[in-house]
Amino acid sequence: MSGQPPGVETYTPREFHRQAHDALGNPQIRANFRKAMDGLMSKRRDSFDDWDLETLRELGANIRLRALARLPDLLEQLEANCEANGIRVHWAEDGDEACRIVREICESHGARSVIKGKSMVSEEMHLNAHLEEAGIEALESDLGEYLVQLNQQTPSHIIMPAIHLNTDEISEILHDKTGTERSRDVDYMTAAARQQLRERFMAADVGVSGVNFAVAETGTLCLVENEGNGRMTTTVPPVHVAVTGIEKVVEQLRDVPPLYALLTRSATGQHVTTYFNMISSPRKEGEHDGPKEVHLVLVDSGRSRIYQDDELLDTLRCIRCGACMNHCPVYTRVGGHTYGTTYPGPIGSILSPHLMGLEETKDLPTASSLCGACGEVCPVKIPIPDLLVRLRKESVGEGRGNVPGAGIKRTRKEVAAWKGFQWLATHPGAWRSGTAVAGKLRALTPAKLGAWTDYRTAPKPAGTTLHALVKRHQASKSHEPNSKSHEEER
Amino acid sequence: MSARNAILKRLRERLDGPLSAPESDFTVATNRGWSQEERLARFERWIGSVHGEVVHVDEARWTEALAGVLADKGVRRLALGKRHPVAAEARSALADADVELVDVDRDIEQWQREQFESVDAGLTSTRGAIAETGSLWLWPTPDEPRLISLVPPLHIAVLDADTLADTFFDVVERHGWADGMPTNALLISGPSKTADIEQTLAYGVHGPRELVVIVRHAGDSAGISR
Repeated sequence: MSGQPPGVETYTPREFHRQAHDALGNPQIRANFRKAMDGLMSKRRDSFDDWDLETLRELGANIRLRALARLPDLLEQLEANCEANGIRVHWAEDGDEACRIVREICESHGARSVIKGKSMVSEEMHLNAHLEEAGIEALESDLGEYLVQLNQQTPSHIIMPAIHLNTDEISEILHDKTGTERSRDVDYMTAAARQQLRERFMAADVGVSGVNFAVAETGTLCLVENEGNGRMTTTVPPVHVAVTGIEKVVEQLRDVPPLYALLTRSATGQHVTTYFNMISSPRKEGEHDGPKEVHLVLVDSGRSRIYQDDELLDTLRCIRCGACMNHCPVYTRVGGHTYGTTYPGPIGSILSPHLMGLEETKDLPTASSLCGACGEVCPVKIPIPDLLVRLRKESVGEGRGNVPGAGIKRTRKEVAAWKGFQWLATHPGAWRSGTAVAGKLRALTPAKLGAWTDYRTAPKPAGTTLHALVKRHQASKSHEPNSKSHEEER
Repeated sequence: MSARNAILKRLRERLDGPLSAPESDFTVATNRGWSQEERLARFERWIGSVHGEVVHVDEARWTEALAGVLADKGVRRLALGKRHPVAAEARSALADADVELVDVDRDIEQWQREQFESVDAGLTSTRGAIAETGSLWLWPTPDEPRLISLVPPLHIAVLDADTLADTFFDVVERHGWADGMPTNALLISGPSKTADIEQTLAYGVHGPRELVVIVRHAGDSAGISR
């Protein structure tokens, strides 16, 4: 999180509980997210009307699994085809290395100004801060990202970065930072941003974008968008740099239409986005526009570690639609910034621990009621609740230990408590006498049990154990003349 | 070891062993079996739902429809190609019209500001369209470069009704996209839009505010019922 200018609101996953507390007490945040998420959920539901959704999800999962099964081969094939098309391919072990690669490309062109299309990977690696330290201005061009950047914030949603802001707040930001009139007229504000950003597109030395799907078979980079800023970013400046995680590759071109259909409907309930932009080479001889140089930066940043484990592997299927956060009762209430990570919501809670380590993110896997909504709506059927449970286990040292920071939440007290419980529960005699004693002494149960009793009354052991009740019941039933009473009791 | 080799090595020496790749069944993405009328109706409904305007016209008289659109929208400067039949026919039909024709077969570096600031509309051909989503597909060429469907505030696209396919998957398969992709392939489904300000839809945020699709029907087509 280094390199952020002073005064910027900073959120960190270490402070999840405090940030959640603050967000829950902020009626504006609650209202903005509630309204947006309700709309997104109903739009998604309607958008799959014509489809056999289960079959399509099955295919989506299958395409992603196939890509992951052949990942190293596909990455090499992607590289070979991109290079053959004239796209230069770079590999980065982590975000810092990726930042360095992008900066060096910029410097080799003497670039002072970079225009950016939406890219969560570039957020993940803090590219803007890195470029600015090197004296290169990086300007976001997606309207939501632009607003968030003007307001010195980070995105609160991976698809709709400015979802936490309402019209009045946005009007105020544009007025303060760009001198527009205060107005609730969305068309006016949009037109103003268009005007401001068009100048910047023309002046930009380099365009930086993300990638939604990278097609190994043809060496094609696919970008999904509505605004046209992605097309501008990848067409107007003389140099285009695309940054993406190594998991974004798909095998064939025919794999793309089903994933695209799933992505747009799951993300915003749209049957299609305005633009689907497929880039396979820089400007060729005789062509009149488009960048003369195209670079692809493939970023690992912990992904190859996730790849090692059969269960965790499913995390890498993600196509970044955001449906899991749109449907998450926790995300909807605490908002995106609370998580303190680039990727918020359920996908963030299963991805961030690998990118940042459980030391930083230990609270995120518990930021879920395990209601299962995220897994049900995931277009590629990632078993998100299972992965949350797995990371909970890892955080207390009960997993395989292959997640960075595994065991960070393990405490002697908790281990001893569970060991004791385990012993008790597997020794019936001790269990029975133990519970009987607890029932007798129920009046002594403390009324305050830490945070648990902040909003609840303390539980008391029952006077008679369930076990004893059942026994008594069975004893009384054995005196019944026939089994008819059994029916009546129902 | 280079980052490349280190990453590939880790992926290849996977802790839990090699993975087996499943076969995929793409049936759900194809075989819609729509009639031409259904295709047209779907295309028009979907592109209309995102503010795309559709004008149906007999192919022999399509340039009259174009002139009508230009007049309606108050277009004074129209950017268009030269060689593609759509561009060539438009040029000859508009030779005497009160519309200035702007050549696009120039390197963008020579006329960027002009393109951004003083072109009212861009005219392009299309290679086809997709009924299921109301999408046009374009492979920009030196004759019709990438930016003329993006930078001017109005994009006029000419579509032949018989190039309409059912699904994106069908287009990719039947037109052999995998055999050779162009520099840039595009699906365009409506004018540029955003909902980044409190979910309120606004058009023309970066690209065109308006998209007009002139759908050309072969002489005896039943599609021009309106």
